[in-house]
Parts: sequence; structure tokens; C-alpha cells
Amino acid sequence: MSDIAIVGHGPSEEWKLPSRGVVGMLCLILAEAAIFLIFVVAYIYYIGKSLSGPTPREVLTLPIFSTICLLSSSITVHFAASALHHAKRAQTTAWLAATVLLGTIFILGTAQEWYHLIYHDGLTIQTNLFGTTFYSLVGLHASHVIVGLCMLTLALVFSLRGELTSKHSNRMEVLSLYWHFVDAVWVVVFLVVYVLGR
Amino acid sequence: MATHTSMNATLVETETAAPRSSALAVLHDWITTVDHKKIGLMYIGSSLLFLVIGGVEAIVMRIQLAIPNNTFVSPQSFNRLFTMHGTTMVFFVGMSILFGFGNYLVPLMIGARDMAFPRLNAFSFWCTLFGGLLLYFSYLGGNGLAGAGSAPDVGWWAYAPLTARPFSPGHSTDYWTLAVLLSGVSSIGSAVNIVATVVSMRCPGMTLSRMPLLVWLYTVMSMMAFVTVSPLTAAQIMLMLDRYLGSHFFDTQAGGSAVLWMHFFWIFGHPEVYILVMPAFAFANEIIPVFSRKAIFGYPAMVAASVGIGFVSLSVWAHHMFTVGMTAGGNTFFVLSTMAVSVPTGIKIFNWLATLWGGKIHFTTPMLFSIGFLFQFLVAGLTGIMLGSAPFDWQLSGSYFVVAHFHYVLVGAILFMIFAAFYYWYPKMTGRMTNETLGKWHFWLFVIGFHLTFDFMHIPGILGMPRRIYTYEAERGWMIWNMIVSCGALVQTAGTLVFVYNLVWSYFKGPAAGPDPWDAWTLEWSTPSPPPSYNFGIIPVVESRRPLWDLKHPEDKDSHYE
Repeated sequence: MSDIAIVGHGPSEEWKLPSRGVVGMLCLILAEAAIFLIFVVAYIYYIGKSLSGPTPREVLTLPIFSTICLLSSSITVHFAASALHHAKRAQTTAWLAATVLLGTIFILGTAQEWYHLIYHDGLTIQTNLFGTTFYSLVGLHASHVIVGLCMLTLALVFSLRGELTSKHSNRMEVLSLYWHFVDAVWVVVFLVVYVLGR
Repeated sequence: MATHTSMNATLVETETAAPRSSALAVLHDWITTVDHKKIGLMYIGSSLLFLVIGGVEAIVMRIQLAIPNNTFVSPQSFNRLFTMHGTTMVFFVGMSILFGFGNYLVPLMIGARDMAFPRLNAFSFWCTLFGGLLLYFSYLGGNGLAGAGSAPDVGWWAYAPLTARPFSPGHSTDYWTLAVLLSGVSSIGSAVNIVATVVSMRCPGMTLSRMPLLVWLYTVMSMMAFVTVSPLTAAQIMLMLDRYLGSHFFDTQAGGSAVLWMHFFWIFGHPEVYILVMPAFAFANEIIPVFSRKAIFGYPAMVAASVGIGFVSLSVWAHHMFTVGMTAGGNTFFVLSTMAVSVPTGIKIFNWLATLWGGKIHFTTPMLFSIGFLFQFLVAGLTGIMLGSAPFDWQLSGSYFVVAHFHYVLVGAILFMIFAAFYYWYPKMTGRMTNETLGKWHFWLFVIGFHLTFDFMHIPGILGMPRRIYTYEAERGWMIWNMIVSCGALVQTAGTLVFVYNLVWSYFKGPAAGPDPWDAWTLEWSTPSPPPSYNFGIIPVVESRRPLWDLKHPEDKDSHYE
């Protein structure tokens, strides 16, 4: 095996490639977007096709407050990431805490809405096609919010313990990408479920 | 594993291999590994296991259909056989063997030491393996093996409302949907990994236009997986909600739509064929030039054609649904888009032919399989054009003509290129050459068996034999054709046995391969065979599409012409 060829070092100029974390997250977002797309298509396809009530117009109210909270959390997570990038650790903690708080308000809003729908309006996933598509689409989004909240809370805990440093700013970037995606999906879900579907 | 290991140090490390460790230590090593090569080999090994199982199912079905009014298996068992055969072959053989080769080859070819996310890689593999095991556990579940358990029996595309609770009681469909869901998650994980590896892990000098075509095709294939495997995952979630929580996505009694499932399934199902065939193209792109002793003809056209196929194939799915009754506009659109795919595909075939043209062709076993692939893929494309035109499809949809057509693609093109890839990269993976004589026996037996089976399978289809029937009457006139088809299946089995024997024999008795037995040009051949766990002692720097050619022919480097 003496003729093993090793391609040696040439005079290499600057060789810089995109961060694998960001690329990986963008790919995951593409795949997730396709999953959401299918649920959105199913939702739109079944608008007005329920054989029994209740209808969206009867039971749905616009979740304006929680929408504002979720969309603002996109801004706070961006500030958290950029604060970490500039090694301002106290600010990072504060912005992360704000993000977790806003996300939690959103998910509590969803919980309250669902409680009302189930116990007052009698709408479950089994009731009709509206219930089927509503709970699955909104639920799919809510499960993504919960996953994001778990990761953000973890980052917050690390930040409070002083273990989150500017070395981790790339990872924070990846996390904030995911959170932006979750927020962007909510814009679509909001438009489809609460505007188009009503 | 310092970056600046000298060449001699690399040699010493490979020659003084560690003494044989105990079986338990080896097992522990393989189960906990995150090395892309070991994961790739485990993918390949597990899919070979499932290939044998799926093959046995095919043989049992062919025995049942060889003569009219046969009672070799019951109708119920037959339903389970074709469901399991299809699901196994697509998800647990096709996908996993191709991801296996991708895992093994992509980092080596771009001069990287591992995939971008090694642990995600291991996760993807184990997901697939347990998905496959779950699928087959269904034979033990329910009534147990004696009652043939509760294996899925809804067909590999599992049309609604057959999959609904009232029509599929028990857990048979649950096994199917969970297994496919696991396979989908695993495919997405692997695809994320491949794209991130290609984008972020290339060695210095490996620009996109210098990447081996195999890497390009795996990238396109992974990008397709994001947008096509995910819809299947979404549809499986819906099906599970229907079955477990009583929702109504595909419940026609409550206003749900069975056709929606068909759309969701085929939005995945058709591009899936291209996902499977892309790696086959990828292998051809590496093997044909090396054994023609010429650089690939029309590299940029090949890349463009691959990306083109990736896009166009996303808009052809409803050609599986012409008999559902779409509008004239819908039919026309899907006929035209189906025809359009043949343009980039044709470009590829012409480029392979142009690579062969004037080359000094070496008819080694991998090259023989590649040439078989070229002809058979062409024929498969031609019957594809026939079925892609709506009026023809109205006549033959759901017949054995369709079965013959897609097996021509899956076996004649994809499986042939998988065999070629085995013979081509086996020396790299094991350090041993395969036996050429046995390889040629395998090739000729398999070619003869393949054509006996799948050429003649078109005829009962044209004569009106529907797919998925468990038996037929003698007066139909299908018997002679079915007998020939079944005999062909046995010849293919003999060929496959030669293949397996060759793999095992060569592992112990094959002559040592050395790092570069084929005098090839891509980076994987610059490493020892098998490559060390860190792949490259020194991260290579490349200056052209054929870095190893440059190294071997310093007087006539490719980089001079770039």
C-alpha cells in the first residue's frame, strides 16, 4: 500500500463555508414548511364542507393579543441573539426571558381558546371537519411553539447560570431561526384559520 | 488525528491495526458509532436483509401466480404479501440502501472527515431500522405467526377509506403508518445531513462546479426529500389522527375526501421514484466515466438536467390518478408535465452515451451493470411515456402493464445501478476485490431473469390482467405469460444468490484491493481501503473535478483546462 495517494496542501486561499448549523436549520425549516403546507391545504380544502356545526364563524374569535405577543417574541429573540453576539450577557438573559414570557402567553392563550371551544362550544376533533382540521393545524403549530419554548427555556437557564457565552452565538442564531419560522407559520395559520376560514 | 499527520504516519496507523476485540466490544462499537462509514455500512447491511425478505415475498407471490386457480397462499396472505413487499422495497430497501451509499461516499468525495451532524446521522439510521422491524413485528402481533399476525394488507399506497377503522380493524394499518412515519423522519434527517455536509464541509478548492456529480445528485435528491417526504409524513399524521382520535380527514361518511389522500400520497409517491433514481444516476455518473477512461461528457448539462428533473418531477404526481376523473385541464397539465420530465432525462442518457463514445471501455462487472441500466432505463422511460398519456392510462391503469413498467424502473434501472455500485465500491469498503467471474455470472443470470420477468409481464397487462389479484382462471389466457414471469423470478433469485455468495467469499478470500483499484479520479480513492475513521490524514486541497487525476498526471492536470 505504498502507492497511497494523498492530495497535499496547496497554497490555499481563504476557504470559508456557511455554518452547518444554519444550513441544517434552513433545511429543516424547508421540510417543516412542506408539512405545514399539507395541513394548510387540507384546511382550505375542507372550509365549509362540515356536515354539522359548529361553524368557524360561530365559535372563533380573533386571537389578537396572543398574536401580538408571538410576533413580538420574534423581535426579542433577535435582540437576544445579537446581544449574545456582542457578548452582552445580562442583556441576553433579559431578552431571552422576555421571549419565553411572550411565547408562554401565546401558548396559554391557545390553551384558553381550546378549553372554551371544547367545554362551552362542544367542538372537538371528532365533531366535524372544521374541528378535525382546526385542532390539527393549530395543534401542529402549538406543538412547534412548545418545542421552541423548551429550547428557549433551556437557553435561559444556561444564561442565568452564566454558561451562555459569545462562543454559543452561532447556536443561538440557529435557535432564533427556528423561532422566526414558528412565528412566520403563525401568520399563515392566522390568515387561513381566522381570516379566510371565518 | 492531527491535521498535519504526515503520509508515513498515516501508513503506520493503518498497518498496525488494533488486535481483534471481543464480539461484545465490536457490537458496542457498532451500536454507539457516529462514524459516517460505519453508519453507511449498517444502512447497506440492514437494507440487504430487508431486500432478501422483500425478495422472498415476491417469490411467494410469483409461485402463487404461476398457474391459474393456485392455492399456494390464501387471498388474505396475498394481500399482506404485496403490501409488505411494496412497503419494504421502497422504504426499507430503496431509501435506506441509497442513503447508505450516500452516507459512505459523500463525505469521502468532498474531502470531509464526517457528515455535518454525526449523531443525527446515527439517529436516522436507527429510526429506519426500528421502523422496518416494527413493520415486520406486525407478523407476530395480533393472532401471532400462525394466524399470520396482523400484517398490513392495504397496499403500499394505502388508499382511503380502506385504511379507516371500520375497514381496517385491529392494528395492521397502524403498523404500516408508524413504520412509514419513522422511515420518513429518518429520510428527512439524512437529507438535512447530506445538504448541510455538502454546503458546509467541502475541502478547500472543492467549489460547487468541481464537486463529483454523485455529490450533486445526492444534494438534489435530498432537496427533493424535504418537499416530498414531508407531505407523506403530514398525511401519516392525519391518518393516525383519523385512526386514534376519530378525526375525519379521510372519512367519507363525515364529508372527508378519499381523493385528498390520493393527492397527498402521490405528491410524495411520484417524486419518490425520482428520489430513488437520482442515486442510481449518481452511481452511473461515477462508474461510466472511469470505465470509459474519459471524463464525464457535459458536466454542466448533467447538473442542470438533475436540478431540472428535481423541479419538474414535483408537478407530475396526478398522472397516477387519471382514472379518478379529473378535469380535462388537469389531465392535460399532468400529461404535459410528465412528458416534460423526459427532456432532462434524455439529456442525461445522451451524455452517458457521449461519455462512452470514443472511450476505451473496460467491461468490468460494474460497467456491465451500468450498460444494462442504460438500455433498461430507456425502455422504462418509453413505457412511462405510454402510461403518462391519459387515454392510454385509462385503458391500462391498475393492470400488470403498470406493474411491469415501474419494476422496469425500480429493478432494471435502480437495482442494476445498486449492484454496479456494490461491485465498484466494495473494494473501498472492505479492502478486498470481488470475484469478477462470479460477478459476470451474477450479471448474466440477472439480466436474463430480469428480462424474462419484466418484459413478459407487460403482456398479461395488455391482455387485461389486473394487479393485486391473488389468482385467475385458466380461460383468460394469461397462464403462459405468468409462468414465464415466475420462471424469470427464479433466475433472478439464482443471480442474487451468486451475488451474496460473491460478497461473502470476497470478504474472506478476495485479493487485496489497495487504495485505488480502478485507477479512478475522485477523492475517496485517495484514502486507504477501507478508509481510517478520520478519512483523510491531511485535509486535501483540490484544483479540478478530478483531483486524483491531477495527482497521478502532474504533466497533464485537469486544472490547466479549467
